[in-house]
Amino acid sequence: MRLELGNIFIKDVQFGDVTKVEKGTLYVNKTELLEAVSGDPRLTKIEIDIAKPGEETRIMPVKDVIEPRVKVEGPGGIFPGMISKVDVVGSGKTNALKGVAVVTAGKIVGFQEGIIDMSGPGAKYTPFSKTQNIVIVCTPVENLQQHEHEQAVRMVGLKAAAYIGEAGKNITPDEVKVYETPTLMKGMEQYPNLPRVAYVYMLQTQGLLHDTYVYGVDAKKIVPTLIYPTEVMDGAIVSGNCVSACDKNPTYNHLNNPIIEDLYERHGKDFNFVGVIITNENVTLADKERSSNWTAKLAEYLNLDAVIISEEGFGNPDTDLMMNCKKISAKGIKTVLVTDEYAGRDGASQSLADADKSADAVVTAGNANEIISLPPMKKVIGYLEPADIIAGGFSGSLKEDGSIVAELQVITGSTSEIGFNTLSAAEY
Amino acid sequence: MIRVVHYINQFYGGIGGEEKADVKPEIREGVVGPGMALKAALGAEAEIVATVICGDSYFNENIEEASAAILEMVKRYNPDLFIAGPAFNAGRYGVACGSVCKAVKDNLNIPVITGMFIGNPGVDMFKKDIYIIETANAATGMRQAIPAIAKLALKLAKNEDIGMPKEEGYIPRGVRKNIFKSERGSKRAVDMLVAKLKGEKFETEYPMPDFDRVAPNPPVADMKKAKIAFVTSGGIVPKGNPDRIESSSASKYGKYDLTGVNDLTAETYETAHGGYDPTYANIDADRVLPVDVMRDLEKEGVIGELHRYYYSTVGNGTSVANAKKFAETFAQELIKDGVQAVILTST
Repeated sequence: MRLELGNIFIKDVQFGDVTKVEKGTLYVNKTELLEAVSGDPRLTKIEIDIAKPGEETRIMPVKDVIEPRVKVEGPGGIFPGMISKVDVVGSGKTNALKGVAVVTAGKIVGFQEGIIDMSGPGAKYTPFSKTQNIVIVCTPVENLQQHEHEQAVRMVGLKAAAYIGEAGKNITPDEVKVYETPTLMKGMEQYPNLPRVAYVYMLQTQGLLHDTYVYGVDAKKIVPTLIYPTEVMDGAIVSGNCVSACDKNPTYNHLNNPIIEDLYERHGKDFNFVGVIITNENVTLADKERSSNWTAKLAEYLNLDAVIISEEGFGNPDTDLMMNCKKISAKGIKTVLVTDEYAGRDGASQSLADADKSADAVVTAGNANEIISLPPMKKVIGYLEPADIIAGGFSGSLKEDGSIVAELQVITGSTSEIGFNTLSAAEY
Repeated sequence: MIRVVHYINQFYGGIGGEEKADVKPEIREGVVGPGMALKAALGAEAEIVATVICGDSYFNENIEEASAAILEMVKRYNPDLFIAGPAFNAGRYGVACGSVCKAVKDNLNIPVITGMFIGNPGVDMFKKDIYIIETANAATGMRQAIPAIAKLALKLAKNEDIGMPKEEGYIPRGVRKNIFKSERGSKRAVDMLVAKLKGEKFETEYPMPDFDRVAPNPPVADMKKAKIAFVTSGGIVPKGNPDRIESSSASKYGKYDLTGVNDLTAETYETAHGGYDPTYANIDADRVLPVDVMRDLEKEGVIGELHRYYYSTVGNGTSVANAKKFAETFAQELIKDGVQAVILTST
């Protein structure tokens, strides 16, 4: 499968009469965008704002972040099974508006929404302080159940990104990257002497607001399976979860999964990147056993020499991470894990809820419990009040002047377990 | 001027060898023995105002008394910094250096530092509490140890940022700190993968800890007479969360009375947990903490009784160290209250 990803670099976003891309500026017709996302009776009010890098702006509580993309050539459309029909995506041409993100925010859904600061000390921890953000603040009807609220806001975000993505359809991209994964046989013929590598992509599926969707299917109902890496770039995987803001994968991160990018980078040179095994993180032991058995079986079936395994979330899924590692290692296949840590505010606690000797190659994205101080911002998009109750906040997190003292956990995307950032942790 | 008190044993204090290991602690003005070299390494910014000398056997056989006496001596000199040893591979000396440093740090709240060989038993006992410069296994390493100790000691005294163990020469303390690296995590993972494939050296960013596996206790022999308690990490609290237990990374637990409670209702109980959709737990908290079922079992005589109190915290993102600390505290209460078994419910 071969995908040409056309990157259109956007340097500025403004509201305008027509939604279009012109000389690196994205203009958004607010009325049309509102029209594209409204219609859900569960939401009483939808407001749209823009936040730019360097501004003294705080966005919170943030639910999802999504990059606008559009299918230019080839079967299917963006976000299959959610926005577009369930055609197989990942081939042909896709254009992406780089440097832009749709951010959904508003009244808290669960406890696990996050914070994006566009400047100040918090900004260096989130990738979304560097993007031009089109922020959509949704207000639900009263007494709306959380899972309904989550679904309503999720769909608003995806619709908004699809609508804005259309503006890139007829634009000549500034850069075209070609990603290609051959069939198994062809790959073996092409690189007979290179080690075979795959990516075991763990998706957050603990349920009760912790869900991820693959072609519209709730991933806790799948058994581990194979997916072409380019399918992910067309939105085959979307976030529907409220896991702690720091280490859930927003849809933006799925679209731009850096492990996939970096594996492609050395594909054909240091190894043969065979493909992606997606698996889940269900809560019952039987599910955990079945899924980890299955990832190990697929790894063996594909004749792999090594895998990278990434986790999403923490605590309960630490066991899935270790079971995957242990069982795949036991097949004689080398493993590298990507996770983050919950080592306590003082950093002195054990970092993961599980451990195994075979996990001897681990990349960490940092200790999510470490305390950070976020000074007040001139502008707040959304609401500051949940600072005390979102995951990572505590009683007294929000100060009178609007500053926030909380765990790093509150910052959206800060300890990304797919290795989005340079943050790490070390023993002192 | 940074005022320093130095601690050494009877051997380095020039009192004698093993035959004098039982001498009681004493304090002398100024420098003694290795204090000379330390003074030179500390330079003009600091002054060793006094030196404590104690026999290794005496200290280890009378840890509490000796520590208390030494604390009093040290206090009188009003130091800003406390340095012990280095002890190299001398086991009892290492334990003494670690104990005294910890006592001084805890009681006088000033920076402390010592030096030991990695295999010294004092290392495992105290590396989490204090900075220990890694030294050679014998006194021949004095020339390397002293400047390293002095350098880090001054940094500590001046409250400067302390670098990583390798840079500063101290033994890793098991404290995880966030740092920014030059490459993003995904690139580091791919690099590590390639190194592992090629059989080259690589360094894991998170070495696996010694994992604490708990063996289950033998079963309760007679359930009909057993007093059973509930402990939950599912965050079930009386409505309004009176102790304000955090939705994530809990720093506390609550103890709540179940006297007269036969059923948890939407009006009386809720969950403080932020790691799952609370709708179903809030409608009926018995789903997480099944008080209703336990009351039935009490009536049916299947169990003796449900313990009057239940303990609750939020498991979401709560550090293992906190969870352990909570349990150590209330497990004592449960034992004292005559509880024979605990049902742990999660979410």
